[in-house]
Amino acid sequence: MTETPFLPLFILLTSLLASPVLFALPESAARLRTGINLGVAAVKVALVAWLGWKVGQGVIYDVSFTMLPGLDFKLQADPLAMLFISLSAILWLITTVYSVGYLERGPHRARFFGFFSLCVAATVGIAMAGNLFTFLIFYELLTLATYPLVIHRGSAEALRAGRIYLIYTLAGGLVLLLGTLGLWVLAGTTDFAPGGILDDVVAENRLAAQMLFVVLVGALGVKAALVPFHAWLPIAMVAPAPVSALLHAVAVVKAGAFGIMRVVYEVFGIETAQALGLTAPLAALAAVTIIYGSLKAITQDDIKKRLAYSTVSQVSYITLGVALASPIAAVGAMAHLIHQGLMKITMFMAAGNLAEGLGVKKVSQMDGVGRDMPGTMLAFSAAALAMIGLPPLAGFVSKWYLAQGGLDAGYGWVIALLLGSSLLNAIYFLPMLHRAWFRDAGARDQTPARRRIGWMLAAPPITTALMVLAVGGFANAPFSPLEWTRFVVAIEYQE
Amino acid sequence: MMMVDPLILTLFLPLFGAIAAFVLPRAAAWVGLLAVLGTGVAVAALARAVLAEGEVVTQLGGWAPPLGIALRADGLSVAMLAMTAGVGLLVSIGALDALRDLRERQYFWPLWLLLLTGMNGVYLGTDIFNLYVMIEVIALAAVGLTVLSGTKQAVRAGLEYMYASILGALLFLMGVGFVYLQAGRLDFAGLIAVEPSGAMSAALALMVVGLLLKTALFPLHFWLPAAHANATAPASALLSGLVVKAALYIFLRLTTYMPLPDEILVTLIGTLGAGAVLWGGVQALRAERLKLLVAWSTVVQIGLIFIAFARAGQVGLSESWKAAALLILAHGVAKSAMFLAAGRIKDEIGHDRIADLDKSDTRPTLAQFTFALAAISIIGLPPSLGFIGKWTLMEGAMAAGYWHWVAVTMIGTLMSVAYFSRVFAGFLRFDRMRGELAEHKGWALADAAPLTLAIAAISLGLMAAPILSFIELGYPFGAQQ
Repeated sequence: MTETPFLPLFILLTSLLASPVLFALPESAARLRTGINLGVAAVKVALVAWLGWKVGQGVIYDVSFTMLPGLDFKLQADPLAMLFISLSAILWLITTVYSVGYLERGPHRARFFGFFSLCVAATVGIAMAGNLFTFLIFYELLTLATYPLVIHRGSAEALRAGRIYLIYTLAGGLVLLLGTLGLWVLAGTTDFAPGGILDDVVAENRLAAQMLFVVLVGALGVKAALVPFHAWLPIAMVAPAPVSALLHAVAVVKAGAFGIMRVVYEVFGIETAQALGLTAPLAALAAVTIIYGSLKAITQDDIKKRLAYSTVSQVSYITLGVALASPIAAVGAMAHLIHQGLMKITMFMAAGNLAEGLGVKKVSQMDGVGRDMPGTMLAFSAAALAMIGLPPLAGFVSKWYLAQGGLDAGYGWVIALLLGSSLLNAIYFLPMLHRAWFRDAGARDQTPARRRIGWMLAAPPITTALMVLAVGGFANAPFSPLEWTRFVVAIEYQE
Repeated sequence: MMMVDPLILTLFLPLFGAIAAFVLPRAAAWVGLLAVLGTGVAVAALARAVLAEGEVVTQLGGWAPPLGIALRADGLSVAMLAMTAGVGLLVSIGALDALRDLRERQYFWPLWLLLLTGMNGVYLGTDIFNLYVMIEVIALAAVGLTVLSGTKQAVRAGLEYMYASILGALLFLMGVGFVYLQAGRLDFAGLIAVEPSGAMSAALALMVVGLLLKTALFPLHFWLPAAHANATAPASALLSGLVVKAALYIFLRLTTYMPLPDEILVTLIGTLGAGAVLWGGVQALRAERLKLLVAWSTVVQIGLIFIAFARAGQVGLSESWKAAALLILAHGVAKSAMFLAAGRIKDEIGHDRIADLDKSDTRPTLAQFTFALAAISIIGLPPSLGFIGKWTLMEGAMAAGYWHWVAVTMIGTLMSVAYFSRVFAGFLRFDRMRGELAEHKGWALADAAPLTLAIAAISLGLMAAPILSFIELGYPFGAQQ
């Protein structure tokens, strides 16, 4: 069943068209800017909800026009796309509120919100790309639009971080271009289709198909922060808190992970990828990343850096779930795409509040912050416990499915990996909670950096923390991420 | 029904405009703008005719070649004419504002219109002697534009440019002479019929070397960076965006009618292109001034276009010209935007030293934004026209198994990211300013022209399919000849 394609186009255009308007607004028009930001974000959530309803009923939206002979610019709103679109639309709205509060008196707000809007448009484009060529376009747009946000502060340190970020992501993008071209030359199409499009190529030229897999997954692995391409992520933490929260915890790394899903499920097809013998090495690489990221997180004293290494580790759960090639693990992977986003954005916004309200930027300064900022720290604690995998919170649900999927795929070591990773999560999160709740503030009370944070900073992390509780506690309710995930996996595994 | 042949108008409108602008220095700007606008309309009419008929030919004075002179337009030549007219119009609008000096204004318009005449002549020409005449006209006007600012560096660079240009034209003319001695005719259609021979190969070699010198392919690029970097901004935009393309275009056409006799030569041309990409990239990384960096990026881009030409070997030329043409069009639009934007930045900040851009307390944000947009197309990021050109280049190279061209293109892309990000860092760093950030000065008309060009460079990528089918009209390189 297909319908007129305006809906996905509108969803893309809301933030794409808002961007130039936001650029053009004078710096002083703060109220109008906030109005546009929140208005557009809210409209987008509404449109996405409508789209989700339609897609849930089996409608597939499809828009395309020819860019080069045989090669289309193609948008497609399918169930897998919905997973990522709804995540980014909802979190964009929440983060917009947070950003308005965070940047209240800062410079270059027009520029910030212009690029911020562009980033979200890019994310939606990545989600809805109907072929790898279109995916590439938005993937590069995301890189370009996030760069000015990373270096927003304009300091030497920010510029250095920006340069490293740009080199990693654009090099990754270039390799993705190579892979896309390779796919186009080999298969004559770059369309995504459940079950894959490469069966003929694999039969003819196994080696070329294997190389293509390595090139594409490697390229996407840069944004997904797979070891050894992860180094940009902790460095990019120099960006303002809302950027770290939405873009580096959610949009950018998820773009990479989501791309890996598309490539494995809809370019190669899970069976073909398995037959090429490449899913097991990918699972191993993901496992290494999970452990490495956690180990590095333990040694970080800077809160944002600790969270960033934790992201390196947690995002690879998604890749792991894809690479295990079991439908149950796939459910865990896709659910984690949502769950990790909610948990990590909560923690980053909380970290931003600590820095703004108390001047606390290091773990060693966190003594007693729970009493100063109870709401923020409750949200942080909920997210941290969920991340460790305390049942029935969000992280537990994803880990549960991943572990079952590991058994299903015949990889017993996955259980050990997940237990080990949970232990490491506990090692780096629990001391933070302990300091926050059970230690005295001591000397920190006299720090001059204290200021009251407004509701625009306080409410967003609490909201997302409640969502963390909800998606875990009501995991089996209709329209929960987990339920939707089961729907998607049935399609990708062609059941 | 047809009142005046658009082919003739395309050639003579700018010529009459040049004369009028010279005679009426006070009204030069308006005469110039009108002439460029009129040329644009003539090109649009020509495009309609080509869409309907494929190719359009007019014999001047009613004499058919080889005795008379014929003008011929097909999809490719109209695309080049349209790019020239479009870029020219916007650069003209930018020049209205950017040229403040009376003397500059007085000479800019006649020279620029003369240049337009020469370029239109190249794109419509059908015999190699006329092409020679036209490249001399172009050279004359281009050297004039180079020295327009009157600074010492500009004059020195202009002289060097003139010597290179004269030498290139001389080599080309010698080649033309050889061809005439050997074949007895100079029109393209006649050249196809001539049997390949040693003498014809020598003639081709002379002409090609002359053209490569004029288009500044590495290692014959020595004159370009100083000339383009020191000219006044609108002149730089015309020189870098348009002028080098004329010789490139002749090269593309000539090698259709007189094919390079050996695969090795195609590889050699591609290798020189690779040399340009690498050497130009290194120089751009080292350049201390913004406009010099942009000029070196032109050297790189010219190299890339020759790689596109060679990407699939001799057999692939029947397809490769499309990749080259797309890159020519993309570079024309984006580079002119970039030079105009660089000029604006230099005007507002007062200098263009890259290392000190971040010390300035004035930030011409719109020009900087424009520069970044143009850089997206020149680096070749989607969805710009530069991306489409690069995609087409790499696709053909990959399909033919010529992986070395893919590798060079990728290395060149990474280098371009590296040298342009030097500039972005200067735009976006704020902790080295001497004082408070100054109030934004507001937008000028001179900002509108480069912004329009930069947006065009990005959005034309979305129209790549119609552009590609348009340039194939009239079979510029196809079976019909």
